[in-house]
Amino acid sequence: MIALDLRIEQGDFVLQVRERLEERAVVLFGRSGSGKTTILDAIAGLRTPSAGAIALNGRDLFNAARGIDLPPHERHIGYVPQDIALFPHLNVRRNVLYGSRRGQTLSLDTVGSILEIDALLDRGVGMLSGGERQRVALARALMSAPEVLLLDEPLAAVDLELRRRILPYLERVRDALAVPILYVTHDRDEARRFADRIVVLDRGTVVWSGTSADFAAIRSDPRDPRASA
Amino acid sequence: MNLWEITAFTVVTALTATALMIPPGLFLAWLLARRRFRGRLLLETIVSLPLVMPPVATGLILLLLFSPRGPLGRVLASAGIDVVFTWRAVVIAMTVMGLPLFVRTVRAGIEQVDRRYEAMASTLGAPPLRVFYSITLPLALPALAAGAVLGFARAIGEFGATIMIAGSIPGVTRTLPVAIYTFAETGRDREAAILLGVSAAIAFVALWLSNHLSARAGLRT
Repeated sequence: MIALDLRIEQGDFVLQVRERLEERAVVLFGRSGSGKTTILDAIAGLRTPSAGAIALNGRDLFNAARGIDLPPHERHIGYVPQDIALFPHLNVRRNVLYGSRRGQTLSLDTVGSILEIDALLDRGVGMLSGGERQRVALARALMSAPEVLLLDEPLAAVDLELRRRILPYLERVRDALAVPILYVTHDRDEARRFADRIVVLDRGTVVWSGTSADFAAIRSDPRDPRASA
Repeated sequence: MNLWEITAFTVVTALTATALMIPPGLFLAWLLARRRFRGRLLLETIVSLPLVMPPVATGLILLLLFSPRGPLGRVLASAGIDVVFTWRAVVIAMTVMGLPLFVRTVRAGIEQVDRRYEAMASTLGAPPLRVFYSITLPLALPALAAGAVLGFARAIGEFGATIMIAGSIPGVTRTLPVAIYTFAETGRDREAAILLGVSAAIAFVALWLSNHLSARAGLRT
């Protein structure tokens, strides 16, 4: 469970969000510049909010009033950024095992077979296709035994065909591994298909929040940020 | 001390100096490339100072620091370690004069490393030191090698600071550049010419290697 009470200022842009995210799969939906990635960065500890608090399963990750700001390596978060950022000097296996902790429950066998990357383990990351890179990045994040998985537009950079193939992997992770997921996208169908709950952002504030069934019922109105793709 | 011994002595002391540059140089390069702190510009200036100060002046500062009555020399003397006019002084002069080149090259290399990789490593649970040696350092390795070669080349050519703190004692502190100067001064032109060739060859190979490595690191030189 993530409790967000955030204020982030960046030039003219002000992000102000107050949400409790308890569902298994939450989608942050909105057009680019609405503050979705900024929220993920703040949760991961890669960007310091100007005020507020972030708690994960009751543990303070950030709390301005109490002077708490855990460094990223103590937050137990799996982050797959939009640019993937696989380590170019390590092969797939060493990428995937980079964050694995001793005594963790998930094994490389489990993650490798769910994401079908077993055959890729000894390859260099330069030899991977777009979809393979996505799955390896996902495996790398999962192997660090995160309490929550942050996915930033995991399907934005891949074509329609690849989307159709990767989405099932994401759903498998969501269903089989029971790791809560916070998923950023600006694609309506993806949002509806993946989420238990959808939070719609526009220019730094939450303009709507509800179940994906309710979200599907919203009529397409080009002026409505919920309808933007 | 024959010419071969002079060459060997110079190469060995320069290699020692290069090894000594690496730990503090890496730390300084990382600090300047990746941290924002008060006094950063001041530190940057101090680190680069030996590049632009007359080497003889740097040598004089070292002499004052390491002479048996100097603040560092006194401590070392009480531990039974003589510095001034020994091979140690040669190594110290080489290290101090080579360090700025090493730091500048490695710093540029670290700045080229995409910070997203470091950020990802930290979200995967790696503390800053592990991020440095498992991500930053390997990705900046060509720059590190280029910096080490440049520092080594600078150490080989060190003259001004060496003559101040180590002098020109045959068989004890006489390095290539110092020997060239001494031979030329005393009319031993043949020896001076041979050592000139040797030092030109070493400098050429080192620079070529450094440029090659810098090109691999994607640095402009």
